[in-house]
Amino acid sequence: MDQLLQHTLNALILGGTYALLGIGLTLIFGIMRVVNFAHGELYAFGAYMMYLWVMVLGANFYLALPLAVLLGAMLGAAIELVLLRRLRGADIDTTMLVMIGAWIAMQNTEQLVWSGIAKSINAPFPSSPLVVGSVSVSWNRLFVFVVALALIAATYAVINRTRLGKAMRATFQDRDTAALMGVEIGRIHTATFALGSGLAAAAGALLGPVFVVYPSMGDLASLKAFAIVILGGLGSIPGATIGGFILAFVEELGAGYISSGYRDAMGFLLIIIILLLKPTGLFAAKERIG
Amino acid sequence: VKTGLTIAWLLLLASVPLWLDNLYVLHVLIITGIFIIAAMSLNLLLGYTGQLSLGHVAFFGIGAYTSSLTSLGFSVHLLPNWEVTASPKPVWLGMLLGTLLAGLCGWAIGRISFKVRGAYFVIVTVSFAEVIRLVALNWVELTQGPMALNNIPYLRLGIPGWFEISFLRKPANYWLVLAVAILSYIVIRRLVHSRAGRAMIALRENEPLAASIGVDVTRYLVLATVVSAAMAGAAGTLYAHYVRIVDPDVFLFIYTVTMVIMVVTGGKGTLAGPVVGGIIFGLLPETLRTFEIPPEVQWVVYGVLMILVVYFLPEGIVPALRNWWQGRQQQPSSDTIAAPAGGAAR
Repeated sequence: MDQLLQHTLNALILGGTYALLGIGLTLIFGIMRVVNFAHGELYAFGAYMMYLWVMVLGANFYLALPLAVLLGAMLGAAIELVLLRRLRGADIDTTMLVMIGAWIAMQNTEQLVWSGIAKSINAPFPSSPLVVGSVSVSWNRLFVFVVALALIAATYAVINRTRLGKAMRATFQDRDTAALMGVEIGRIHTATFALGSGLAAAAGALLGPVFVVYPSMGDLASLKAFAIVILGGLGSIPGATIGGFILAFVEELGAGYISSGYRDAMGFLLIIIILLLKPTGLFAAKERIG
Repeated sequence: VKTGLTIAWLLLLASVPLWLDNLYVLHVLIITGIFIIAAMSLNLLLGYTGQLSLGHVAFFGIGAYTSSLTSLGFSVHLLPNWEVTASPKPVWLGMLLGTLLAGLCGWAIGRISFKVRGAYFVIVTVSFAEVIRLVALNWVELTQGPMALNNIPYLRLGIPGWFEISFLRKPANYWLVLAVAILSYIVIRRLVHSRAGRAMIALRENEPLAASIGVDVTRYLVLATVVSAAMAGAAGTLYAHYVRIVDPDVFLFIYTVTMVIMVVTGGKGTLAGPVVGGIIFGLLPETLRTFEIPPEVQWVVYGVLMILVVYFLPEGIVPALRNWWQGRQQQPSSDTIAAPAGGAAR
């Protein structure tokens, strides 16, 4: 029972960052119709920026975190402007191939710059965990959870309460009509990609100090983000949020009770089950045909 | 004239081991040939049905592992006190089983992911490859995990006591790979020009229209996936018995990417595309290596090349060359003639 409680707590805490990854990917897919294979690279970028500021330049941890997120968002905006802007209206395969190219180029640039050796980031938290009853949680993970929840709430606020969010929702529903109503689609796309990338970078910057940072860390992050997004239904933000937590629970329980070696395979099993039972995802938004 | 040219080409390719005495170059050619077979199989899916399989290494690796394990024999505990033992079988049987099992996996993947359209097939295949890699890494009792399967026997064909061909040395392997490559080319060519091939192209171009005139869309997509997966599996079996060591690294994503780049650069949806792309990207790493460029830079170059190809040669090299050639031959009215030809090449 205690073990189950501990697994549940771990899953809850991991789920926050998974949800960040999933929301970013689903936003980009829903609004831009781009299958962003470079999503995991933005996650790795966030983690490496934390490493750069905290470990190389000696900056304050709490200052480095928003800086890493901001840099991630800026990189995302740059990718949209340079690579995707002129492919607007191209079919989904074309943009996908471009993003795969970007993924390979980015990951190997990271490998060149930082070498393949895994790096760790020191976080300013006490090393003894917080113990409540029979379960314990490290202060670092607790911090990650709180910040992730705050970022999820902020994303919801941006999308539901601001003019930008309204324009994004309009673009999501019908791009052409939104454009006719005076929404500048180009700017919405840049903002969307920047927001999604910033969220991925935030997940990386938060988890970097918990785990270690290495060049191919983005691959698994991408795969998990895809699993979350399929789970929740492509393009659905609430779906991605809940999907993130579901994936975390399944992974944590699977690793705890079945086999830790297959932890990262759990996401795939979830995809298969979802496709067999409810192919449009748990919280499907209306899928645009065509 | 055209058949004569083809025969001359094949004779030239077949004669390579006779005049080339650099064994390293021959080795590079064999590996390139194996990758070309895999790229051709990917092209059947990506080029003719428009579905991108990003887990093609999974089929390749399943072929390699199945064939190796069949010919090496194994013994595993499926349940704590239920042990399954297989004695070593002949290599050709392993290669057959590897091809079949890869095709079977392709069938399962196709059945599951073609329930819905869009990005699902891509994501399912890419995750499938990752799971298979994890299995190869973690099921040490069967696969030896990171210790790799060693001393995989080479292929021997013949009737015991009468005659025997052994595929131990490089020239024999070169001919074997060449033969399988030609066979795969013919299979794809026949498939594409058959009724099934026309159905695949129709549904790539306009799926609702194809479905409305009675094309059983899902069935043809699954068929293409099965053939493609089996062919990639066959390439994997060739690889296993040539290199004679297989480890979980055969499932690395970068190999799928190499196949995709070969197909896209050469020209997806053309028969010659994967061959041209395969030759370029099979030999390019070796060329770069002589300049002592580190592998990371090489991969960065690959990634950038892929983006550039999508921008500047969206159809690939073969269709671009074909358009250029047709434009030259019909100089006076090149505009009117070349345009529809370019459209048909899509």
